[in-house]
Amino acid sequence: MSNPNTGAERLRRAIAQAPQPALLPFFTAGHPRRQDFHSILGQLAAAGDAVEIGVPFSDPMADGATIQRASEKALANNVTLQWILRALEAHGDPGAPVALMSYCNPLLAYGIERLAARCGDCGVCGLIVPDLPWEECEPVRAQLGKQGIALVQMVTPATPDERLRALCRGSRGFVYAVTATGVTGGERRVSAEMARYLKKVGRYSRLPVCAGFGVRSAEQVRALSGVTDGVIVGSAVVECLERGENPGAFVRALRN
Amino acid sequence: MKIQEAEARSLMAALLSGELPDSEGRFGPFGGRFAPETLMPALFRLERQARQFFADEDACRALDEERREWVGRPTPLTRARGLERAWGAQVWIKREDLAHTGAHKINNALGQAHLARRLGAAQVVAETGAGQHGVAAAAACARVGLPCAVYMGALDMERQAPNVQRMRQLGAEVVAVDKGDRTLRAATDEAFRAWVADPHGVYYLLGSAVGPHPYPWLVRELQKIIGEEARQQFAQSAGGLPDAVFACVGGGSNAIGLFHAFLGDESARIFGIEAGGKGPGAGQNAASLCAGKPGVLHGSYSMLLYDDDGQVLETSSISAGLDYPGVGPEHALLQAVGRAAYLAASDEQALEALAECCRLEGILPALEPAHALFAARAWARENPGKRILIGLSGRGDKDMPTLTQTLS
Repeated sequence: MSNPNTGAERLRRAIAQAPQPALLPFFTAGHPRRQDFHSILGQLAAAGDAVEIGVPFSDPMADGATIQRASEKALANNVTLQWILRALEAHGDPGAPVALMSYCNPLLAYGIERLAARCGDCGVCGLIVPDLPWEECEPVRAQLGKQGIALVQMVTPATPDERLRALCRGSRGFVYAVTATGVTGGERRVSAEMARYLKKVGRYSRLPVCAGFGVRSAEQVRALSGVTDGVIVGSAVVECLERGENPGAFVRALRN
Repeated sequence: MKIQEAEARSLMAALLSGELPDSEGRFGPFGGRFAPETLMPALFRLERQARQFFADEDACRALDEERREWVGRPTPLTRARGLERAWGAQVWIKREDLAHTGAHKINNALGQAHLARRLGAAQVVAETGAGQHGVAAAAACARVGLPCAVYMGALDMERQAPNVQRMRQLGAEVVAVDKGDRTLRAATDEAFRAWVADPHGVYYLLGSAVGPHPYPWLVRELQKIIGEEARQQFAQSAGGLPDAVFACVGGGSNAIGLFHAFLGDESARIFGIEAGGKGPGAGQNAASLCAGKPGVLHGSYSMLLYDDDGQVLETSSISAGLDYPGVGPEHALLQAVGRAAYLAASDEQALEALAECCRLEGILPALEPAHALFAARAWARENPGKRILIGLSGRGDKDMPTLTQTLS
């Protein structure tokens, strides 16, 4: 963590130093079309403070309908982890740190050690793995840690305090705070209860805290200022891409 | 996956002494809890409550009474004299087809419905492939007074139409899952999502010995009554132990239920039979143990059918109940340590064995256990005169649409 050049530290710094809350747009690689990957990445990296790239999976059990649809489309477009890493390497530095969001099995199939060694060349600073909870993550965390790549831990409102402490301490890059129990993509207002929860996570964490799942309007983003360090914008960006609109403009509009 | 001999021996000893799954839900390298963080508190709570439930004498007595009076346990062990003459062996069949709702699934559904009530769940959700677990869940929920929603792949709804009607008649809501592969796997994805959306109000009544810990353990504990009864009945009827035990394996709940009581009996060979489908090619079968590699699906690290990029393969089987790309982690362990052998029987072989059982025994088995019947016959012919026990996990009435189509 002390080395300022590791992926984990680049990710942390990009969020911590952005105007609050930092914006972390998400898109599924190769959706809606493979050939748009570079332009979408470029636009989102310019508009956001870090970019989350979804690796498609055949059984995305923690995702809502929007990201399931994107994942299915990307698979139909023959998008694989290998393709994504090559595309990232070819792209060069997009100007913002990149984190990959993937279910376990594509990572296992690729090989964790091999992946950890490749991340640096591809500008991947961190990994978010929704089906790899704290109890199961040590082998992956250790391999990524050796290369300075963050394994981002997720916390939820149902996470008990003791567990929250362990997850915040064990996370790298940032802490991903799921703002509601449920699959991704639901529209929610920023309730007093949610604000209390996010502030609590902030107290437990020395890393920036980013709120995820269901953020889609400038009003929500404003309401989260001072409550959380960053905001992940997932389903809303994917829907914007489905409509054929400019994702960079959409993300910039969230700042107004 | 193979495990070294010394390690295999120590894992087997741990399994037999009840130390597996361990505190992390592992059966050796397999199992675990590969679940979203949202579900982790619910999984811990479920494990705690399930352990309390099994330690609560009153709760167990109430469940036992229901098993006797409502399920109709113990189910009979039938000497299959017609098959014996044809195969040249001694053959006994454990009749889970005679359990209430027509399959072993009711053992698990009833137990978990009692647990759901104990946890104060407002809604039960379940996934189903052949519809047998869905029917069992619907019946068990009606019995304990809980609302039940069953997720079912749209393709399975077509090929198992009679069971869809039965579930509705029993008061369950049947939710058609018209995405992904439109079978059991997509239905399981969707049932998980319903649980992720409300981990406290919803009880997920998982139907097989798969999923994140504690499910593979919980389902085995509720199904092991099959083998316990069979072992005792076999001793009474035949004296001693069978030479070989056969059961079909999809997720593997009826198989683990039958096998468990025999794991310590070294003279009893154990065979699990998977769906060989149309053949050995990728996507042509559902034989996770025969053709898969270790991987993660639906919360558990086990043998799995997936491609070089980690994407789970579509599967194919004439039998909806075996049409699943994964398998319970305890089976993966039994295979890796060499305690059980896993083979595949094709669609055609299952159909042939089903017809033979109808003709010679007057029993219409489901397509799932017909896979086990085929493998048992093949083994009997190579091992004449041996004593064979076969788990007949369910009855074949639900397969009439498929059978009618195939015959015509």
